[in-house]
Amino acid sequence: MDKGRTNQATQMFENLGGILRKFIFSILSIGPVPSHIAFIMDGNRRYAKKQNLIDGDGHRTGFSALMNMLKYCYELGTKHVTVYAFSIDNFKRSPEEVQSIMQLMQEKIEGLIEEESIVNRYGIRVYFLGDLKLLNKPVRLAAERAMGATAKNSKAVLSICIAYTSLDEITHAVQESVEEKCDEIRVLNTSGAGYHHREHLINVTDIEEHMYTAVAPNPDIIIRTSGETRLSNFLLWQSAFCILYSPSVLWPEISVWHLVWAVLDFQRNYSYLEEKKKQA
Amino acid sequence: MPSLQLSLSISPLTDPTLSPQPKPQSLLLVPHTPLRPKHLLCCLFATAKNAIIVEDQNAVVNGRVGADTGVPAEEDLLLPAGLQKEFMPKHVAVIMDGNRRWARMRGLPVVLGYEAGIRALRRVMGLCCKWGIIRVLTVFAFSSDNWFRPKVEVDFLMRLFGRGLKDELENFVRKNIRISVIGDSSKLPKPLQELIMAATETTKNNSGLHLIVAVNYSGQRDIVQACQSIALKAKDGLIEPEDINEFLIEQELDTRCAAFPHPDLLIRTSGELRVSNFLLWQLAYTELFFTQSHWPEFGESEFLEALHSFQQRQRRYGGKNT
Repeated sequence: MDKGRTNQATQMFENLGGILRKFIFSILSIGPVPSHIAFIMDGNRRYAKKQNLIDGDGHRTGFSALMNMLKYCYELGTKHVTVYAFSIDNFKRSPEEVQSIMQLMQEKIEGLIEEESIVNRYGIRVYFLGDLKLLNKPVRLAAERAMGATAKNSKAVLSICIAYTSLDEITHAVQESVEEKCDEIRVLNTSGAGYHHREHLINVTDIEEHMYTAVAPNPDIIIRTSGETRLSNFLLWQSAFCILYSPSVLWPEISVWHLVWAVLDFQRNYSYLEEKKKQA
Repeated sequence: MPSLQLSLSISPLTDPTLSPQPKPQSLLLVPHTPLRPKHLLCCLFATAKNAIIVEDQNAVVNGRVGADTGVPAEEDLLLPAGLQKEFMPKHVAVIMDGNRRWARMRGLPVVLGYEAGIRALRRVMGLCCKWGIIRVLTVFAFSSDNWFRPKVEVDFLMRLFGRGLKDELENFVRKNIRISVIGDSSKLPKPLQELIMAATETTKNNSGLHLIVAVNYSGQRDIVQACQSIALKAKDGLIEPEDINEFLIEQELDTRCAAFPHPDLLIRTSGELRVSNFLLWQLAYTELFFTQSHWPEFGESEFLEALHSFQQRQRRYGGKNT
């Protein structure tokens, strides 16, 4: 009986919370809304320690926090969300921890493909960005299946950076741009047209086209939790004109209020940043 | 025995404040005449365990090597209390933001804000030289989008840079400071380009603080020009595209001139929470410190605040907590 009442009360609070959130978002939407928010989900292990859990449970709670933040972003009207799930540097952690994270990721990626998952409810297309060859086969296959299964979704985009570092991404983009230009030159030379030396063989757009993150515009806001103020090899190129926000809250404890604060800061700087982007 | 007293001065390298005076572990020999074999012979007869011969008398202050050689002696590090030497950043980068806002807040013309900014830069350079551990200081003086500011301001800034280089060159030489300029200098006024070349050439062998000034610099363009150089090499068959790696790109970036190309700490004044197309590649693991103070107000206490914050941070580089 009591449990029933507690569940009812929780349900009521959740509904009220949802109504309040919709109200706040509708006010925020009067101003410009960021089209792309990126998250560095830092603090899962510290949260686990704080709550006396094992590391793995910290990551699981972190995953629930991610699902909530996705919901809030898409409710707000932000079409693109990118998250830093696993860096190439993270392979340096203990084999047990890496294994446990890989297992969790495989489980959650497979969960994304299910009918009633958040990605299908919100019509989200999912991308996995990074050097996927570094992942073990089950996780890589799950990722490819998820990308295939959500390819038809078009309302929003979720980019999950996995086996990713920005320097690796830029190096890969440079490599592909150079290969492409060399091929073009080869074709011109063999067809007899000849190659006319151009002052700029490669420009900014050439590199951007070959970035893994070419599926989304540059982020408007990068939020890193747990108070660390550094990019840790995430979206370095793309962060040129975006706002960096580093609340001290640990990732599993992030709330809608942190999102609201970040959006307000974005709105305050909006016209200035738009101008800077045009000038660059 | 050669006449030591006439041609050499000998000072024990000990702390004069200690009492009683311990036996010197080292002797400092400063020849008043150019170094000769007889000076080395004196060392052999000296009672100290080792002797240090210093050619330049001016390098000796109170019997200690230090000051203007740019490389302070171990016991000479004048680090403020609370800062630990082993956790000091080797490369500090600064986005010197807020000169105009500072001036406007005081009802002053914007150009006075820029001049106050130069004074702040001198203060920070002085502190870096004094502490001796920060080896590279990179400052964002002029971004590629700053050309869109009013022409009067841009012209003033160009003149200010030129004047700064001319006035400070002697000081750089004396303090063993090396200056480099990164960014696309081809768009700068010709006289300024010449001053830059002269300053970089004159100071290129200095081994003290390395000041890197980013003028008409864009982090994205830096990566593009690196890519461009690599593409030209690939076109000429000097490298294969599949050989392109992070190391190769590093060698082509503007910051290749620095001994430590990646900043450990980036300070941005004036409260704006963004990198604004400054060093992008190089900021992979840089600790970012944002302060509300405007750049002209930035002094020792603000710098110490940034350094204290830096020292408290746990740098994991993606790995486990130590």
